[in-house]
Formats: sequence, structure tokens, C-alpha cells
Amino acid sequence: MNGGLLLQALVSGLLLGGVYGLVASGLTLIFGVLRIINFAHGAVMMLGMYASYWLWVGIGLDPYASVLLTAPAFFVLGVAIERLVIEPNRDAAEHNQLLLTLGLALFLENLALVLWQGDFRTLRVPYANASFVIGEALVEVSRLVAAGGAVAIAFALYGMLRYTDLGKAIRALSEEREGAMLVGIDVRRIRGVAFGIGSACVAAAGALITPFFYIAPDVGESFNIMAFVVVVLGGMGNFLGALVGGLIVGLAESLGAAFLPGSLKQLVVFVIFVLVLLFRPEGLFGRPRG
Amino acid sequence: MRLLELAGLAKRFGGLAAVSHLDLTVDAGEIVGLIGPNGAGKTTVFHLVAGFHAPSAGAIRFKGASIVGLKPHAICRRGLARTFQLVQPFAGLTAVENVMVGAFNRERDTSAARRIAEETLDFVGLGARRHVPARDLTLSDRKRLEMARGLATRPELLLLDEVMSGLNPTEIEAIIGLIRGIHARGVTLLIIEHVMRAIMALSHRLVVLHHGEKIAEGRPEAVALDRRVIEAYLGDEGEGA
Amino acid sequence: MGEKALAGLAVAALVAAPPFLPKYPLEILISVLFFAYLGLAWNILGGYAGQFSFGHAAFFGIGAYTSTLLFLRAGLSPWLGMLAGGVLAAGFGLFEGYLSFRYGLRGPYFSLVTLAFAEMLRVVAVNLKVVGASIGLVIPTSAAAPALFVFAHKLPYYYVILALTAGALLLTRVLARTRLGYALVAVRENEDAAEAAGVNALGAKLSAMALSAFLTALGGTFYAQYFAYIDPTITFGPGISIQGLLPAIVGGAGTVLGPLLGAFVLTPVSELTRALLRGRAGADIMLYGLVLMLVISFLPQGLIGWLRTRRMRAG
Repeated sequence: MNGGLLLQALVSGLLLGGVYGLVASGLTLIFGVLRIINFAHGAVMMLGMYASYWLWVGIGLDPYASVLLTAPAFFVLGVAIERLVIEPNRDAAEHNQLLLTLGLALFLENLALVLWQGDFRTLRVPYANASFVIGEALVEVSRLVAAGGAVAIAFALYGMLRYTDLGKAIRALSEEREGAMLVGIDVRRIRGVAFGIGSACVAAAGALITPFFYIAPDVGESFNIMAFVVVVLGGMGNFLGALVGGLIVGLAESLGAAFLPGSLKQLVVFVIFVLVLLFRPEGLFGRPRG
Repeated sequence: MRLLELAGLAKRFGGLAAVSHLDLTVDAGEIVGLIGPNGAGKTTVFHLVAGFHAPSAGAIRFKGASIVGLKPHAICRRGLARTFQLVQPFAGLTAVENVMVGAFNRERDTSAARRIAEETLDFVGLGARRHVPARDLTLSDRKRLEMARGLATRPELLLLDEVMSGLNPTEIEAIIGLIRGIHARGVTLLIIEHVMRAIMALSHRLVVLHHGEKIAEGRPEAVALDRRVIEAYLGDEGEGA
Repeated sequence: MGEKALAGLAVAALVAAPPFLPKYPLEILISVLFFAYLGLAWNILGGYAGQFSFGHAAFFGIGAYTSTLLFLRAGLSPWLGMLAGGVLAAGFGLFEGYLSFRYGLRGPYFSLVTLAFAEMLRVVAVNLKVVGASIGLVIPTSAAAPALFVFAHKLPYYYVILALTAGALLLTRVLARTRLGYALVAVRENEDAAEAAGVNALGAKLSAMALSAFLTALGGTFYAQYFAYIDPTITFGPGISIQGLLPAIVGGAGTVLGPLLGAFVLTPVSELTRALLRGRAGADIMLYGLVLMLVISFLPQGLIGWLRTRRMRAG
């Protein structure tokens, strides 16, 4: 086993894992409050990436700075989606709610395809190739910033959840919905806000990776699957689990890429997924069922 | 014949003992009432007997053979049926279709199952509402439907879980009559009930549970005068019985 | 009685009219029946048993690749290869189903697991040179050979898919009236109550899974022979999973005619969209997404459910 290869895999895995953690945090927040698995999460991330891209192409706004614009915008978009699409179907059967977000995902992904075609785009910032070396591992600055930014945002989110009234209301609704309703928490508002925050997070994650990740209408799909795996691994609705799970999945994928040929690395993640679903569906940090 | 035998039955959920060293028997032809304050573990006993939970300890024998570890459907096949405390109809199916599912327990042929279902529905008094979707039935009718579905499986032992809760006095009288009718057809009954006058009138024998343990057993008149039973019910009145 | 006459007329038209249809409408009709067929196959597990699979592509791909590989490598007629593919898919379905149901996966968790399995097969196919990897496989159709499921014209393919669809319709109708059919809907409505009534829920779900997988795989072979080209993305990708379940959802899951109706509505609409927004890739799927959202929101029981409610209200 090549030590340098292993180190590189570790570094890459942790860095990308930080981004997965942010994406999954948004998804797990949405699940915790609304109790739906949001299939459109990846599509919103994709739209976030395009937003940063067009801002860069149009007004030369640095993608990292664009987060300040896109995050609030996607918060609003998220609230709108929740009000218009999800809320009216609040009492629908569970599988129908799944299909609803699936339909939304299909719509958004193909809207992007129709508007911007399927060609890969890249966002070339001047510092795109900056990198440094740790031991035998190459660390790209853009990936480091993405991971750092993702973790920072996730921690800010965590702080909000722990210490603000809004955060407490969200947690109350996630953990004990009937009790929350009894103490007068405005459930409808919180549901919209949760979806908005989740969308803002994932759009921010998208912005952070544009300097080194390709942009295309289907880019959200792979992040979607990763996010599902992370959320299930960490425990549905468990915020800390999403972060830790993100790192684990990032590492697993990266180690898989180091040791398996071709694109078989994806298999590693799926195998983990299936194993967790079968043997510990509540996740590493969730409470065991029955 | 001893139909059902529970020996040393226990069920723990984490640190909580829902049922502890319970011995209980039901002989063919009996109507046995299982009573006790809320939270006494009565429904847990049903879940254990019907195969929905695995016991932490103890034996459950039906017709002499152990049924521990069997799936609920296998237990039903052997002749033990149950109803649920919160009725569980197949909401999207009509009344007759609901009961046919039960009838298929003994029948392979669809028209035979339909005949049995229709006859059972008539027996419980739902004959006129054969083709009504279960979700459109009143609570009282849904309880009859659930009993009909259980009956259609041709059980030797039927477990009834609080079938009278939520019913008005007229409906309760009717259900008492129905239960007597079921018994007359040769079905042995183990009944959980809170409506005291009903369970007193129906049962040959009462078993009283409190905090998962049997505290009294015997003929209804004797049990009603049992000091421990009175204390158990009175003592728990403040706990929201 | 007017309904039966109408149905009879429709059947007669479907059987007798196609030889006189120009190429493009015939292609659309083949498309409609193809998706109706996939929807009917999915419906057995998703509509009747109530287990929403998002990964039926796994079975589709197994069917397509099995018959194609047996044909290319061993010269076996795809008619036989189709059956082999079906059996293999049923076996995989039993494996997947047993793992999932044995460990109590329900609802969204089951859907996610089926998605994962389909994706795993796709990744494996992409990386296996022996099955063509991402380049895919080409089925030689230059020389017509009916015994080898290769026809010179589109019309025979039409009758094949018509037969498959009719068969699936009949199967669904018969199934709904049997003990297994009742068991499936009971499990769908309330699994615990079903068990208490003597229904072997695990057995019923596995039967539905195997049957649904078998039928879907046959569709995979048809696709391979009709389009003469398969690759991992087409056969194992989420696209075919979704396009297979849409007709059932739109038309009415858990009904006999639902998938057929859904396909008849969806396919022409998507063709129209594709024609109008000429060359714009993704327009038709975008519409599917919108239709799916609208149907779930306003017609959750699908078109058949909506028609039934209207009829009940009317009289």
C-alpha cells in the first residue's frame, strides 16, 4: 500500500466530505422538520451552482462572494417551494410526498437542461490551480476553502439551532411535533423556514465547489445520492450525524477511488448505504427502533 | 381442552417490565375477561400471544404447541385471531373485501371466500353495508368489521381488544349480544375490556392485571369484591385512568 | 354497456389499424404500449402491493443485458434469452426483496434501497468490459430473422409489445381477483392487520416483487431488440425507473387500466412537447416532472381514481 496514495485519498476524502456534510445538513434539517425525503435537494444545489456561474460570467462576482447573494435568494426560493408545492400536500400519503419531490427534481433538472443545454461548464477563477503540499499529498486551495467554508456554514447553522429561538423552535418541531404545536410554535412558518434554510445551505455548498467542479444540469444527481447515504448513515434529522456522516462517506468514496478501478468507488458508498439501511437504519447517531 | 396457556410470560421494553411472570390459561368454550387499570399490560399480552412481540421470557402454548417465535399470520393459521385496540381496517377496501382477506385464511377460492365474508358480515349485522369502503364506516361499524374479519379466519380462539371503547350504551348492548352470538358459534374468547358491566356480564372468569402482574383471578363476582383489585383501580384513578 | 362497446372498439382498433398507420404514429403507438407495459409491470409491486420501487431499472437492465449477451456470445435466440432474463431478474428481485422486507424496510427506505441496488448494477455494468462497459452493446439487426426477434419493419414489433401489454393487463386483472391479489392490497393498506388476518406479508411482497421483476425484464429485452442498442445508463439508469412508474401513478396505481391510461396520456404529450420545443433535450422530462407534481397534488388517485369519484358523484 502506497502511503502517499493513502494520504492523498484521506485528504481528498475529508475535503469533499466536508461539502457532503453541508449538503446533508440541509437535507437532514428538511427531513427533521417536514418528515420528507427531499429528492429535489440535488437539483437545488445544481441551480445554486448555475447561479454562481452566471454571476461570475455576468458581473465577474467571485463564487465565494456569490454565496452572500445566492444563499438568501435560495432561502426565499426554498420557502416558496415549500409553500407552493409541499405544504398543500402535507397530509398526502408518504410515498406520494416522495413522488412530489421527485417530480420537482425532474422538473428543475430538465428546466436547466432546456435553458442551458447539457454541456459541461467550468468556472475558472484565477486562483483555480493554487495548491500546496502536505507530505506526499497535494492539497488544492479551492477544495480546502470549499471544505472550510462548508464546515463554517454548518457550524453557524448548528449555532443557530442551539442558541436562537428559531433554532429551538425548529428542534422542538423535529423532536416532538405535537408538544411543539401545543406551545404555540407556528408550525407552518417553521416548515417553510426549514426548507428555506436547507435550500440555502445546499446552494451555498454548490457555490463553494464551482471553482473545481463541473457545472451541468445533472450534477446534482450524484450529490443527491451521497446526501441520502450521509443522512441515513448519520441518522435522519441528526445534524451532527450529517457532518460526521459526510466525512465518513467522503473518506469511503475517496479510499474506494484509490483502491478500485474505474468508477467502482461508487459501489463502496452504495454498499455502505444498503448495509446501514438493513442493519442500522436509524443511523450511527440515531436511536434504535422498537 | 386447554386452548391457550401462558406460563411465566414476561416482556421488558428497555428497563420497563410491561408484563411479569404471567400465568394464564383459557380452556375451550370459555369467555375469559382480562381487565386492569390503564397501562397494566393487557394489550401487550395480546401482542405477545398474537406474535407481534417476542416475549422476554416464558412460554406461550396454543392447543398444546408452543407458538413463540411464529409470525402473526402463522399463528392465525393455527386458529387464533385478534382485533386491535385502535381499529385497523383496510381503509381503501369495501367491507366485504376486508372480510374476504380474513376468509382467505382458510379458503383458496375467491368465490368461496366471498361467500364466507358475506355470511360473516350478515352475522355481525353489517350485511347492508357490504360494498361501503371501510373508511366510510362509523366507528361502531368498523369495530364490527374488525370482529367479522377475525371471525372469517375461522378461529378457535378470538382475542378482542376493547371493542366497546368509544361506543354509546345502545351500541354496547348490541356488541354484548354479538359477542354472545360469537361464543354460541363455538369460538372461545379472551376479552380485554374497560366497560365493567359488559365484561362482568360476559365473562366466565376474570383475570386482573396491574403493572404487568396478575393480581387476582376468579369468577367476576368474587374478583369485583377483591380488595387488591379495588385498590388497584382506585389507586390509579389519579393517574388518568 | 356503452363502455364495453367502446372498449371493444378500442381493442379492435389497436389490433387492426396499425398496418395502415404511417411510420411516425406507429412509433408513437409502440412507445405508448411500451410504457404502458412497464407501468403495468411496476404496478404489481407498486400499486397493488404498495411497495414503491424507484429502482425497477435493475430488472429492466438485467433483462436487456441477459438476452443480448446470450444472443451475442452464445447465439441464443432472444425469445429464449428473454425468458432467461426474466428468471434472473425475478431471482434478483427475490434477493433484493428478501433483504429489504426481512429487515423491515418500508416506505421511503424501501424506495431508497431499490434506487441503490439499481445504481449499483449500473456502476458494475459501466466498469465491466465483458458487458461492453459504458460503450454499451449493439444488437445486429441488419438481417431480419423473426426467430431471433429481429424484424425488418416496425409493425411486428408493435404486435409483440401489444401482446406483452395485453398479457400484462390480463395478468393484473386475474391477479386482483385471487387470494394473492387480496393479500397484496391488504398488506398495502395495513400490513399488521393483514398479518393478524392470516396473510403472510413477506411471502406476498416477495411474490409481487418476483412477478414485477420478471415482467419488467421482458420489457428490457423488447427494448434491446427494438432499438438495437443498450448501455448501462439507458437500461440501469434512474430514467427508465421513473418512466416506468409514471404511467401507473398518473393513470392510477393499484388499478388494472391505470398504467394503460397513464401511458396513453403521457406519451403523446411528451411527443408533442418534444416536437414543439424541437431539439430541446429535456423538455419532455421537464413536463413529466410537472405532470407528476400536478397529479400528486390534484389527482392523487390518478386519472382512474378521479374518473371514479366523478362517476360516483354523478349518480
